[in-house]
Parts: sequence; C-alpha cells; structure tokens
Amino acid sequence: MNPVTVLRKFFDRHGLFVGGYLLAAVTFWMLMMIILPQLTMLDFSFRDNLPPSKVGGPEDVYTMANYTFLVFGSPGNPEPFNVVDLSVFGRTILAAVFVTVFDFMICYPIAYFLAQVARGGVARLVVLSLVVPFWVNELLRAFAFKILFGASGVINTFIVTIGLVDQPVDFIKADIALYAGLGYAYILLMIFPIYNAIESLDKNQIEAARDLGSPWWRIHWRIVMPFAKPGITSGCTMVFMLSAGALAAPQILGGPSSLWFTQLIYQWFNTGGNWPRGSAYAIVLLASCIIFVLLMMRLFKVKLGEIGR
Amino acid sequence: MSAGVGVELDDVWVRFGDFVAVREANVNIKGGEFFSFLGPSGCGKTTILRAISGFLEPSEGTVSIGGANMAGIGPNKRPTALIFQNLALFPLMTVWENISFSMEVKGAGKKERRHRADELLELIALADQGEKMVHELSGGQRQRVAIARALCAQPDVLLLDEPLSALDLKLRQHMRTELRAIQQQVGITFIYITHDQGEALTMSDNVAVMRDGVIEQVADGQAIYDDPATPFVASFVGENNVLSGKVTALSKNVATVDTNLGKLRARVATAVQGGLNTGDRAMLFVRPEAVGIVETGSRGGNKISATVVTEEFEGSNYHVFMETAAGEPLKMSLVNKGQSRASATGTKLTVTFDADRAVALPVGALASE
Ligand SMILES: Nc1ncnc2c1ncn2[C@@H]1O[C@H](COP(=O)(O)OP(=O)(O)O)[C@@H](O)[C@H]1O
Ligand SMILES: [Mg+2]
Repeated sequence: MNPVTVLRKFFDRHGLFVGGYLLAAVTFWMLMMIILPQLTMLDFSFRDNLPPSKVGGPEDVYTMANYTFLVFGSPGNPEPFNVVDLSVFGRTILAAVFVTVFDFMICYPIAYFLAQVARGGVARLVVLSLVVPFWVNELLRAFAFKILFGASGVINTFIVTIGLVDQPVDFIKADIALYAGLGYAYILLMIFPIYNAIESLDKNQIEAARDLGSPWWRIHWRIVMPFAKPGITSGCTMVFMLSAGALAAPQILGGPSSLWFTQLIYQWFNTGGNWPRGSAYAIVLLASCIIFVLLMMRLFKVKLGEIGR
Repeated sequence: MSAGVGVELDDVWVRFGDFVAVREANVNIKGGEFFSFLGPSGCGKTTILRAISGFLEPSEGTVSIGGANMAGIGPNKRPTALIFQNLALFPLMTVWENISFSMEVKGAGKKERRHRADELLELIALADQGEKMVHELSGGQRQRVAIARALCAQPDVLLLDEPLSALDLKLRQHMRTELRAIQQQVGITFIYITHDQGEALTMSDNVAVMRDGVIEQVADGQAIYDDPATPFVASFVGENNVLSGKVTALSKNVATVDTNLGKLRARVATAVQGGLNTGDRAMLFVRPEAVGIVETGSRGGNKISATVVTEEFEGSNYHVFMETAAGEPLKMSLVNKGQSRASATGTKLTVTFDADRAVALPVGALASE
C-alpha cells in the first residue's frame, strides 16, 4: 500500500477532525518532544564548550573532543584510557542488567500468580498493594529506603536483635540499598507487561503440559515463558533503560564511593558547566542502552513489533 | 480379565462449594473399551473427566485406574492422557514437537523424539507435516495432532473431552469413524465425552447418560436407545413421543396405561421391572419410527386418532407431525418405500404402535429441548 492510500484510509476511518487531531498530536509529540531535543543534544555533543561570545564564531566548529574525552580522558591523562569514567559507565550498565534480572525473578512469579492463579478479590488486593506505594513521591520513597537500610534502620536493628550479625551491616556502602531501591522503583513496569502477556494464555495449555507429564519448571520454560516473551522483553527493556538512566535513587541511596553514570552527566551539565560534554555522555548512554537492548532481543529472538502487542 | 486398563469410579462425589457437580457416580469401565459419557452441557461430564485425569480430587469416593487407587496422584503421574475440548495444542511449537512433548519431558533425545513423532504422523495420515506450525493446519488436522500428542505419551487410558464439537458436520462424521479405528488399532481404553447422542451411540461400546451430575443409565447403545432406564434418558437420546397416564394393569411386564387417549399398552422398561405397580403414574415412550398407520382391517393393538399438522420429507424417511385428540403432539416417521403420501394438513389418521416397541416408565423429568 502506498502512503497516500494509507492516509486516505486513516481519514475515512476516523473522520477529518479526529484524524487530523491524531495526526497533529502524534507528529507534534514525535517532533517536539523526542526528535528535536535529541537532535539538539546530538548537535551539542559535537561542539566545544565555548563562552557565549564565541558561539557562532570561527572557533565554533564540530569536534569529537567530548567523545574522545570519555574514552581517553584529558590530553594530559597518564593512563591509556579514561579509567574513571569508563568504569563508572561499565558499572552502571552492569548494575542495570543486575537490577533487571533481579526484578524479573521477583516479578515473573507475581505476574504469573496474578494472571493464572489468583481469583477476583485476591488479585485485586495484590494489585492494590503493588500500586498504592507508588502514590508516594519517588524521592520520599528513596529516603524511606535509606532509613530502612541505615545503620540503625529497621533491618539492621532486626538482624542484630535476633543475633544474625554482631555489627550492623552497611547496606548503603555495599550498594544493596541502591539495588533494592532501583529494583523496587520499577517492579510495576516489569509486572504489568508480563501479566498482560500471561493473562491471555489458555489455562488448558498449562494443564495439557502437566497432563503430558511435565514438571512445573518445564511448563514455565517451554509453555508460559515463550508465550509471554513479548511481555517479558517489554518489561525488561523498560526496567533496564530506566535503571541505567536513573538519577534520584543513585544520588540518595548510592554509597559514597559508587557513582552512577547519570551522576557524571548531571555533573557536567551543572557543576561542570560543560553542556556539550554532558550531551556527549548522555548520547553515549542512550546509544549504548539501545544497542544493548537490540542485541538482547536478537539473542532471545524477539521482534521489535512483538513488544507493542 | 480383558486386555487393557480399566477405570472404576466408586461412589464419586464432586462438590464446588455447595454446588454438587457429580453425585454418587459408580461406573466400571472395562479395559480396552470405548466408553462415553453422554449428557447435556453443564451436567458434569468434564468434571468427571477431570477427576479421572487427576486435575481435581473427588470430594468423596475413589477413582481407580487399573485397580490402583489414584487418590493423591497428580495428572502428570497418572497413566491417562487428556484431549481437551479446545485441543490446547502448543502454538509456539512445531507439529512434531507438539506430538513428542511427553518424550521431551522424559528427557528423550531429539532424534528419538523426531522418529516417534514421524511414526505417529504416519498413523494420523499427516506424514511430512511435522515441521509445520499448528496454526498452519486445518481443524481436522489439528484434531488428529491432538490425538497423536496424547497417544505419544503411551497412556493406558485416553480421555477425550468433546473433541469433535468444533468441527463441521461432514468432518465430524468422518472423524467418528477414524477415532473408532484408531481406538481399535491401539487397543487402549477410550473415555469419550459428548453431548451428541449420535457420536455416543455410533462409537461406544458402552454409554453413561448423565443429568445434573447424576449418572442415570450405563448400558450399550442399543439398550440406551431401546430400553431407557429413566424418562430423561428416553427423551434425551433420540426422539420420543411421550404419553402419560396411570397404570391400570400389569401382566408379563406389559403395562396398560390409562392415558387421555384411552388405554395403551407398553413394555415395562427393564430397569424398573418390579418397581412399577398398578396405580402408579407412568410415562409411555414411543419412538416416531415405531408408530405406523393402521392398515384397514387390522384389529387389536394400540390405536390413536390424530390429525396431520404438517409433514416433512427427508429423502429416506418422511416425518408426519400430528396432533392427538387431547391436543398433544405426536410424530410418526415412515420409511420412504415409494408409497403415496396422502396426508395433507387436516387429514384424520388412526395410528398404532406395538406394545413391545413402547416403553413404560415411572413419571420423571424429561430432557428439556
Ligand atoms: N471449578 C468450578 N467451580 C465451580 N463450579 C464449577 C467448576 N467447574 C465446573 N463447575 C460447574 O459444574 C457443572 C458441571 O460442569 P462441567 O463438568 O464442565 O459440565 P459439562 O462438561 O457436562 O458441560 C456446571 O454447572 C459448572 O458450572
Ligand atoms: Mg464440558
């Protein structure tokens, strides 16, 4: 079908007014909210950090300097690479992967329970108790976690009292508080897509597999998970992207020595006053995350179109 | 003992809360037999099948398979395989993977599984279709894949939950023959569920007719049809004219029933012989094909006067719908032997039936249409 017939069909279906509105709104959204800002960032990232007087002058040329800085550090750097920033980058991606896997392991059983096991009242209660905590502001929640995991927090008091450990554990320094906070922040984004996918799975499929002698783990491995793959991909993608791009939780719950890559970006934009470099860092993070996700989808044989289902 | 593994339900009750889905079921299904549960939708057939396959535990009573009590044994450990009403084939697996799933579970290698799947594909006349996905098959082919998948698990008992209900009439009739042939070939016990009496009668060695969770009669097809045990069975299986009245006399298991069309005689059903007494209210069932037009000069026998309402021609048969003097409907089916059909609307006829071909039963609930 050529674009003109597609457009005509679209207008026939929705009428001129609604069709026009949808078209305008989506175009505006894509252009103004997504494409233009990102293009500006991209453009920024290839420029030097010039004082306003020199912008547009002869020194205002495109350069790779910001990207080379991320990889190799400043020209006077004795190391062959920018070890500090690159390791922060690597750690952030790894931690985001960890948070995603951790979230998946927690959320898959909940989603399965909600979709296939729980009935009316129980299911509603579980959903409610999952959703209600998210009425609390994100920052407040992060601080609450800090208190929870603090040296004299509820958890430490408890495990010291029952004699599990002698000394309070420094959850903050070990980044456990951070992982827990991040993991918790995105559970809904993991649960609901998976729930959605599993809900449409015919119960008889599960029973048929059981009837044919399958133990429960194989039923999940061969029947439920393949069926829920689009939902799992969608959930994992969102959690991974958002964890890698999180700022508030690492700021509040991160240990003194651990830095999140977003915090570096934040520093360049703010205290560093170097927007082009901040842009370059942000672009690298975005591009890496997208490439990583696409690679994973390739690995697990998921098509991009399936996620939207 | 006959070959094959039998199934026994001993005083089985299934309750969902206060609701009784199966009441006091006692059935003895012999090994190697094709056994059907027949009854209207919602009468508890699927529930019984789930109790046999192990997806639910009876509230009371025991299910035994091959003489072993199955209490506490899960569906994956029972020697049964269930074919679901909607087949429940795995859409993300190829046909051959579907068929050999039970072997995959047991850890068989790919080569072995593929080999066995190909053998079964041969059996169901779908050779070379193993690589296809399920959605690429037609309804009848899927049906057969479901059978092959169940057979691959080498069950002693195959359970089938209305497996043909989604097919169109032609295919359904074809699959009946095929199912029966497969059953005779593999020689295992088939327990078949259906609301279609035609299916039950054509395929089964024995049939259990159910109503509202109660098994009303267990017998072979002919006995179910010719010698029903209850008014429900008489009216659910095949068509029957019903005439009710009071028993005025009994002799040699023939009852004389005083109906509002006069005294009519009928054989007392085997199941109630000795239980139906003079003075009892009774129902008299006559099949349309047992009714005939009174030949001039014939004497004796049951006689009813009726007026023709309409007539239907079906090719091999024609059906005459009449109204009796009491205003009740009466149907007569005659074999088309080329005789003239002088029965226009309004024609008055005198019809008859042999006492031997009518059945008298105590009054009870009829199957609702
Ligand atoms: N899990 C259940 N909970 C409550 N009632 C049920 C359940 N399963 C079946 N029933 C009820 O039991 C009755 C018999 O159901 P079923 O065995 O499926 O009938 P059939 O297969 O003969 O159509 C129905 O009235 C149905 O509503
Ligand atoms: Mg059913």
